[in-house]
Amino acid sequence: MSFYGLVDGSEASLKNYLGSLSGVDQVGADERAAMLATRSIKTTSKRWAIDTAISMVDLTTLEGADTPGKVQALCTKAVRPDPTDSSVPSVGAICVYNDMVAVARKHLDLVGGAHVGVAAVSTAFPSGRASMPVKIQDTRDALDAGASEIDMVIDRGAFLSGDYIGVFNEIVQIRELCGTRAHLKVIFETGELVTYDNVRKASFLAMAAGADFIKTSTGKIAPAATAPVVLVMLEAVRDFYQMTQSRIGVKPAGGIRNTKDAIKQLVLVNEIAGPEWLTPSLFRIGASALLNDLLMQRMKLDDGYYASPAYVTID
Amino acid sequence: MSNRIDVKKTYKLFINGAFPRTESGRTYEIKSAKGVFIANPCLASRKDLKDAVVAARAAQSSWNKASAYNKGQILYRIAEMLEGRRAQFVDEIVLVTGATKSKAEKEVTDSVDRLVWYAGWSDKLSSLSGALNPVAGPYYNFTVPESMGVIAAIAPEVPSLLGLIEAIAPIIVGGNTIVVLASTKAPLSAMSFAEVIATSDVPAGVINILTGKKDEIAPWMASHMDIDGFDISGLAAKSHGAIRIAGAENLKRIYSFKSANPGRILAYLEDKTVWHPIGL
Repeated sequence: MSFYGLVDGSEASLKNYLGSLSGVDQVGADERAAMLATRSIKTTSKRWAIDTAISMVDLTTLEGADTPGKVQALCTKAVRPDPTDSSVPSVGAICVYNDMVAVARKHLDLVGGAHVGVAAVSTAFPSGRASMPVKIQDTRDALDAGASEIDMVIDRGAFLSGDYIGVFNEIVQIRELCGTRAHLKVIFETGELVTYDNVRKASFLAMAAGADFIKTSTGKIAPAATAPVVLVMLEAVRDFYQMTQSRIGVKPAGGIRNTKDAIKQLVLVNEIAGPEWLTPSLFRIGASALLNDLLMQRMKLDDGYYASPAYVTID
Repeated sequence: MSNRIDVKKTYKLFINGAFPRTESGRTYEIKSAKGVFIANPCLASRKDLKDAVVAARAAQSSWNKASAYNKGQILYRIAEMLEGRRAQFVDEIVLVTGATKSKAEKEVTDSVDRLVWYAGWSDKLSSLSGALNPVAGPYYNFTVPESMGVIAAIAPEVPSLLGLIEAIAPIIVGGNTIVVLASTKAPLSAMSFAEVIATSDVPAGVINILTGKKDEIAPWMASHMDIDGFDISGLAAKSHGAIRIAGAENLKRIYSFKSANPGRILAYLEDKTVWHPIGL
């Protein structure tokens, strides 16, 4: 693997590469994210933003209590989020544990959702605490079951203790395993990385190792996808594009529950990374409750009065 | 002469147990009966209404599940707290409406008594409107009143405090949660009443109070799909027709009342029928 010519795979070159990164101005990042969050998006722009956000949702269920029935219901909803309105786009993908991948893939194909991907969380999600053979088998299971996207978690313990090459090699191995069969999203769990400097470092590490997407969180830890963290990651993909001419995607996940939050994310994408990133192939939102709120806001725009949760599904 | 700087009060909204400013940032001026500027209360927007409905909906299930005894206690607690701050309410009513002190005192007394009166109804509702229905089989067949959900209300302009309580108490005593628009010209006692509620063990979101213009907020209350009933007692009769039409689309129960009576409670209750085998 060439790693974009940025590193040669040795620990020294990785340290050199990560050491060359500039630090993040924490106060500045917080302020800029807060300022962009005040943008007001109305009427036709709002309509466009809602539809775009729907098409970017990775509709997620990651519960111990997931059943095939629940996953199937979610798949049906993913293909046609509002059964009464065919102009609502399908979501980007379904995100499930890897034992549910086959169920999801089969049901999506059954209900006309061949265009909707199945993302599997992998490598001992959500903690990432397992041996490498276990992580590889975990990923292989998901790929064999038909996953088109792999959401892997990094070993935060290794990252925080400075074992960057260990984290790097894990991503490289999973990347090789995915090959051309699946997109690789790398989850940092930014709530556990503590500083924005670490988030920036993890972003560049994952991108050089071959990630197609960098993802904020598992959704199991708070804080998750805060606006400044997403901003730092968007700056990272923008800078990485300038270095390598390769566009890496970003996926905030966790804590994005309503339309206002989702539109704030789109504003960040447009302002920081640029409008090229405003597509489901480069920006996804990991969420479950968000979709209902997007649908209700869409109904409000169409009908002229506020909608009720009684008119959307209980997931 | 005192050098002390006046501590002016900022009158805000009451949504989900907190006192936020209106999302719109708008305010309007209110003046005393003598034309002297008093305060800039919030001019609530439809988005404040939307937020309040979300809070009311989230609070409804657990408020409905609270025992009748507990709901009655909490209403009584509101009365206790109001009684303790009687002087402040009398002053505000005198200041804004220009009423005489004795008249204002009577309004506060009536408000406290009305709360106690509605509190007493809480554990008597199933006796009042429930029934044991005769059926052709070995079953008990009960009809019991159940809350409807989220109810909106427009409080009358005057009396500003008593009218507000008359809008709130019957709706919440049955297990509903409420979003109420206070008197436009005299909103001070409404926002002070919110402080009473905030210290009365009323769970957050059960009572939400907005201040603003009736013509602006009422149509949004009527058309909102997630509001189950609407008390338009405080709305001018000429606007009732349009509001009823707007509320018809979502099958909203819309009523207007002239006086305090248990019917105000029952209007926002639905009958639930339960079958139970005899001998078990």
